[in-house]
Amino acid sequence: MSGNSTYQPQNKAAQWFEKRLPIGGLIHSSFVAYPTPRNLNYWWTFGGILSFMLGVQIITGIVLAMHYTPHVDLAFRSVEGIMRDVNYGWLLRYLHANGAAMFFLAVYIHMFRGLYYGSYKEPREVLWILGVIIYLLMMATGFMGYVLVWGQMSFWAATVITNLFSAIPGVGDTIVTWLWGGYAVGNPTLNRFFSLHYLLPFAIAGVVILHVWALHVAGQNNPAGVEPKSDKDTVPFTPYATSKDGFAMACFCIFYAWFVFYVPNYLGHADNYIPANPAVTPPEIVPEWYYLPFYAILRSIPNKLMGVIALFGSIGILAFLPWLDTSRVKSARYRPVYKQFFWLFVIACIGLGWLGTKPPEGVYVILSRLLTFYYFAFFIIVLPLLGIFEKTKPVPNSISESVLGAKA
Amino acid sequence: MTTVSSAEHTRRDFLYIATGAVGAVGAAAVLVPLVAQMNPDASTIAAGAPVDIDLGPIAEGQIVKVFWRSKPIFISHRSKHDIELAQNVDVASLPDPAPDSARVKPGHDQWLVVIGICTHLGCIPLAHQGDYDGWFCPCHGSQYDSAGRIRRGPAPLNLPLPPYKFVSDTKIQIG
Repeated sequence: MSGNSTYQPQNKAAQWFEKRLPIGGLIHSSFVAYPTPRNLNYWWTFGGILSFMLGVQIITGIVLAMHYTPHVDLAFRSVEGIMRDVNYGWLLRYLHANGAAMFFLAVYIHMFRGLYYGSYKEPREVLWILGVIIYLLMMATGFMGYVLVWGQMSFWAATVITNLFSAIPGVGDTIVTWLWGGYAVGNPTLNRFFSLHYLLPFAIAGVVILHVWALHVAGQNNPAGVEPKSDKDTVPFTPYATSKDGFAMACFCIFYAWFVFYVPNYLGHADNYIPANPAVTPPEIVPEWYYLPFYAILRSIPNKLMGVIALFGSIGILAFLPWLDTSRVKSARYRPVYKQFFWLFVIACIGLGWLGTKPPEGVYVILSRLLTFYYFAFFIIVLPLLGIFEKTKPVPNSISESVLGAKA
Repeated sequence: MTTVSSAEHTRRDFLYIATGAVGAVGAAAVLVPLVAQMNPDASTIAAGAPVDIDLGPIAEGQIVKVFWRSKPIFISHRSKHDIELAQNVDVASLPDPAPDSARVKPGHDQWLVVIGICTHLGCIPLAHQGDYDGWFCPCHGSQYDSAGRIRRGPAPLNLPLPPYKFVSDTKIQIG
């Protein structure tokens, strides 16, 4: 990766090893000597937090898999066994379930940070798209994990989400039967979801490596949105970024632990403690909070196929963001009009999330449609036009100038 | 080592293309079992055999739910009121136009047999609810009438009819 490493181990054995596999030099140049912009703020610490959360999910998940049975007659019971019988099973399961929520919280902050500071712009387009791929994999993984519990919400989430594919004209039903391995969600479905839920986190880890690689080729963006020009603009990764990331991670862990130990079921749904019943749909079904905005978009459109297209489109459009935003100025600091549209977009996303929990009737439908319109308009109308019409503020000449003032 | 001009066709070119072609055919052939294993297996298909349902115990106005191929089937014993309501609808105004006569078997107007899966995203609609004397889907608010036809909401189609026949006046076979 970038940064010219001068790594020279002192120890003779380490030197012998380094000559044969220069992994020490790779780590040194990537995570020790690696130059990071000196003006990074705490919004930049979520990349490290996300890597940490992926590790937490993989470790707790592997352990949970040792006690879980992917069979329709035994799955719910085995989860209750984890909660009641397995030593510290309650802790491991709550860490895993709340860990998913924390993972999504961190990824949303990470994505909004990228959006605010223009981190998707040249030369970081591939870096951004890899991030979108990671996000998609996270959504698939989170959904399948939720199904494994095999409560009422699990079962009906599986039914609704797999039925999204039935909207595809002509081959929809064939695809859905193929996904189920039966005529409805059942044992084959649960079994394959378990297999894939175990696989996908490692796929995520693979794309994360590409994401970090692309990051280290392009270098980090920063709050000023100008590229580092000299040594004055950067500081070495260690100790500056490691200590800052470490501090943020510890604070995040306290927040995470508060959920795990004090309100472990706050983010879940009580109906998922009822075993799956294919004969009865719960009176209201709601996805996990991190999918709510997309659920609201799906419901806001009265046509089935168009609703499904809007749902997938609302995520897919993120991949085109680097080309939809025509402005050359990266950071919203110097884009007064964009900044307002950005915050409106944040409000729209949170608003859609809130509407996702409401019944699809009356004023909620109208609000959902308005916010869905704004969601898409932000990408398709606002961003392309702002680049042409917005009068941006003067951008600093360098990072050190933005930090220390013009005389530096 | 001899060097061969790349402009000429050689035996090596032939071997490259032949090897590549065999490899491509092999890879495509391997996809067949990998994809097919996901489809319903033999036991699932066998469990989907026809089932007989005795209609005798179902009182007028009652709707019962039975299972066929893991799908819920609604059997509704419709009252005169239900039937009239279903027949007196302007068919052309429906989202998925179908006269009531196409929803039941001839001579068995009082029996409506439909697959109880919302055609929107697969939830099970609740009976005796909604504005049309039929079903209401709790997930996204679709409403069906007493003939199982979609009247309002995001669902695109009427509740589908399963294959079934009257074995006698009080017994049907589904499947």
